Amino acid sequence: MKVLVSVKRVVDFNVKVRVKADGTGVETANVKMSMNPFDEIAIEEAVRLKEAGVATEILAVSCGPSACQETLRTALAIGADRAVLVESDAELQPLAVAKLMKAVCLKESPQLVIMGKQAIDDDSNQTGQMLAALLGWPQATFASKLKVANGRAEVTREVDGGLETVSVRLPAVVTTDLRLNEPRYVTLPNIMKAKKKSLEIVKPETLGVDVAPRLATLKVAEPSKRKAGVKLPDAKALVDKLRNEAKVI
Amino acid sequence: MSAYAAPLKEMRFVLNELAGLAELARLPGYQDATPDTVDAILEEASKFGTEVLDPINYSGDREGSKWSQGSVTTPKGFKDAYRRYVEGGWGALPVRPEWGGQGLPKLVATAVEEMLCSANMSFSLCPLLTQGAIHALELCGSEALQKTYLGKMAEGAWTGTMNLTEPQAGTDLALVKTRAVRHGEHYLVTGQKIFITYGEHDLAENIVHLVLARTPDAPEGVKGISLFIVPKFLVKPDGSLGERNGAVCASIEHKLGIHASPTAVMVFDNAVGYLVGEENKGLAYMFVMMNEARFGVGLQGVSISERAYQRALAYARERLQGRDLVEGGKTVPIIRHPDVRRMLMLMKSQTEAMRALAYVVAAAMDTAQRHPDKETRARSQAFVDLMIPVVKGWSTETGIEIASLGIQVHGGMGFIEETGAAQHLRDARITTIYEGTTGIQAGDLVGRKIAREGGATAKVWIAQLNKLDAELARSGNRDIQALRSRLAAGAQAVAECVEFIVAGAGKDPRAAFAGAVPFLKLMGVVAGGWQLARAALAAEKALAAKQGDAAFFQAKIATARFFGDHVLVLAPALKSTVLDGAAGVLALDEDQFLGA
Repeated sequence: MKVLVSVKRVVDFNVKVRVKADGTGVETANVKMSMNPFDEIAIEEAVRLKEAGVATEILAVSCGPSACQETLRTALAIGADRAVLVESDAELQPLAVAKLMKAVCLKESPQLVIMGKQAIDDDSNQTGQMLAALLGWPQATFASKLKVANGRAEVTREVDGGLETVSVRLPAVVTTDLRLNEPRYVTLPNIMKAKKKSLEIVKPETLGVDVAPRLATLKVAEPSKRKAGVKLPDAKALVDKLRNEAKVI
Repeated sequence: MSAYAAPLKEMRFVLNELAGLAELARLPGYQDATPDTVDAILEEASKFGTEVLDPINYSGDREGSKWSQGSVTTPKGFKDAYRRYVEGGWGALPVRPEWGGQGLPKLVATAVEEMLCSANMSFSLCPLLTQGAIHALELCGSEALQKTYLGKMAEGAWTGTMNLTEPQAGTDLALVKTRAVRHGEHYLVTGQKIFITYGEHDLAENIVHLVLARTPDAPEGVKGISLFIVPKFLVKPDGSLGERNGAVCASIEHKLGIHASPTAVMVFDNAVGYLVGEENKGLAYMFVMMNEARFGVGLQGVSISERAYQRALAYARERLQGRDLVEGGKTVPIIRHPDVRRMLMLMKSQTEAMRALAYVVAAAMDTAQRHPDKETRARSQAFVDLMIPVVKGWSTETGIEIASLGIQVHGGMGFIEETGAAQHLRDARITTIYEGTTGIQAGDLVGRKIAREGGATAKVWIAQLNKLDAELARSGNRDIQALRSRLAAGAQAVAECVEFIVAGAGKDPRAAFAGAVPFLKLMGVVAGGWQLARAALAAEKALAAKQGDAAFFQAKIATARFFGDHVLVLAPALKSTVLDGAAGVLALDEDQFLGA
């Protein structure tokens, strides 16, 4: 069984994100970038499926600029067998990525696509769902447990107030939640082996996908700073403030 | 408790701009060490260090290793961390591919080692000793010994030790008494060794001791010392472990620092040993290991300094105390006070200078091994030989000063163990002692590395400094100009001292040796200034090209200038001590040392 996993290059989770001075987006120049943590979980799950003898091949796919090759090398070091970069310097929104992924899926015919449920930069939580819809495949999102057998995937999902277990027919799209697994540490021999694995680069045009943004970002701003508190003389003043200034009572 | 974060941006800068990683990757055998792969290695090693080793650093210091009836239990978490270290394959990084290693350059191993040691110095000693033992076996061991031991050691399944010291034989190994008597194909080793780092532990299934001993008919002194492998468990022909050998840990020491690292007293009682190389050549072989280990200890100075700096910086940014000297008003973080900044800058600039020098020396080790041109190899090796005592002596002496400054930045809280700053000073304190004290390093520098060859290599280096001066002269940056004049004075000071040492050689060596440590420090500050000046030029170039992180490069130039005005400025004073100080050192009769 072939498993396809998507990986996105994002601002590292340890970095304190800053908004660009002109309000057009967040600052990514000279900022440490890494693999989206949810995608790391996706790769880990695929590798575990392979170790369990369920998966036979793992293909890692990333969409974005040339630097995404580094992120793909990390995926290869964790255990992916080969990688494809859909190289584009354009802003790629979830729909565009879903279309690109669809094109790759049609070419590669994986039985299972595992994706992070969302990327920690834009928190869209859309690409997996869009991809399933575009392919007409079943989807099982927010997986905290995954079992694959007899042409179906049994997925435990974290939902409000409990766990829901669904069974989907393959091929299907599964997106990962944080508790699905704990990604392993990459070993030195695997870093060295990753260097020799195949990493193919294709362009959106070759895949026949128009990646032009459908959404326009109007403005990006930092959350307003917390203001200093004031000391009030008595309860009456507090009630007055709550009623007339904050208008909460 | 602040956690350690590997200074990856800084490390990459030094690897790429100062140590010439890209050129190294073009040498035969190093083609895998391309900057992108090295980047991936650094990322993962940093994760391992910060997530696995750092969390057990403080707890390991509190708990310490424990001895009971010949066995040693390492602190909580160490076994698991070591298992992960082995799984990660980190021990095999610099080992030759034929033994299952990755064969990566020493330069890359150095950067990884720095991180592991910053994260947990006590832990990192075990792999360090194993690397040294592997290196000695690679160079001097018979094929049979190599086949039996190297694979398992590279993997990390077995660890290595260095057994040199005996109660009466510390620095002076001529006094070694441990005996090795031939018994068929092997030898039987009997004697006592002390200060054996990781001589006994519960991390790995076997321990491979490299032991210095004398055969019965060996000549007196250092020319009669042989090197033996004495495994904790004998190895059967099929590679599996057999009988327990007569090498037993009698106790472990109670120490000032590195509490988690067990320092064993080893008793060998007719233990089965295998000769490494030839009889009576043990000391030469041991020096192979020792040179590596000396460099490694110098690097520990860098590691502890980095760690102490990060902790002090974090505290200085959050501790609110006093008002800004000019703006007044509210209470401010102490980093706003000039003297706290001065201490932080002393820590930062010297740490960066020491790191740069260590990495440049590591790169020279690789060049000395792999460069196709014989002359280049020889030149690099001469530079390495000159600089190893400097890296060892200067980086460790400065490391202690920096760890001490780290406490000072914390004020009273620094003196409290729970803060964690004190551990760094206690851990750092051993580094100027083991693998040869600073006095021994300085003696090596003055005697073997300068006087013996008439200062030839030192003069080549001084010529390099003068060449850099010409490059610095072309810079329009005021900070770089300020540094340039300090560096020129430093180079001049070194040149005068080298003349003095060479001229005095063969007459009365006491004068040179009396000033040997000040000379070693002079070499250190000038070599550090040399590297920071190169860093400043690289930063100036990057700024002009508008490439990369401008704030980082501006800080590089400012830091280099600070180093010039606060550290390199001492070069002429150190020179005066070297040239004039011997009289005072040697003046008193031994009785006159008594005040009563």
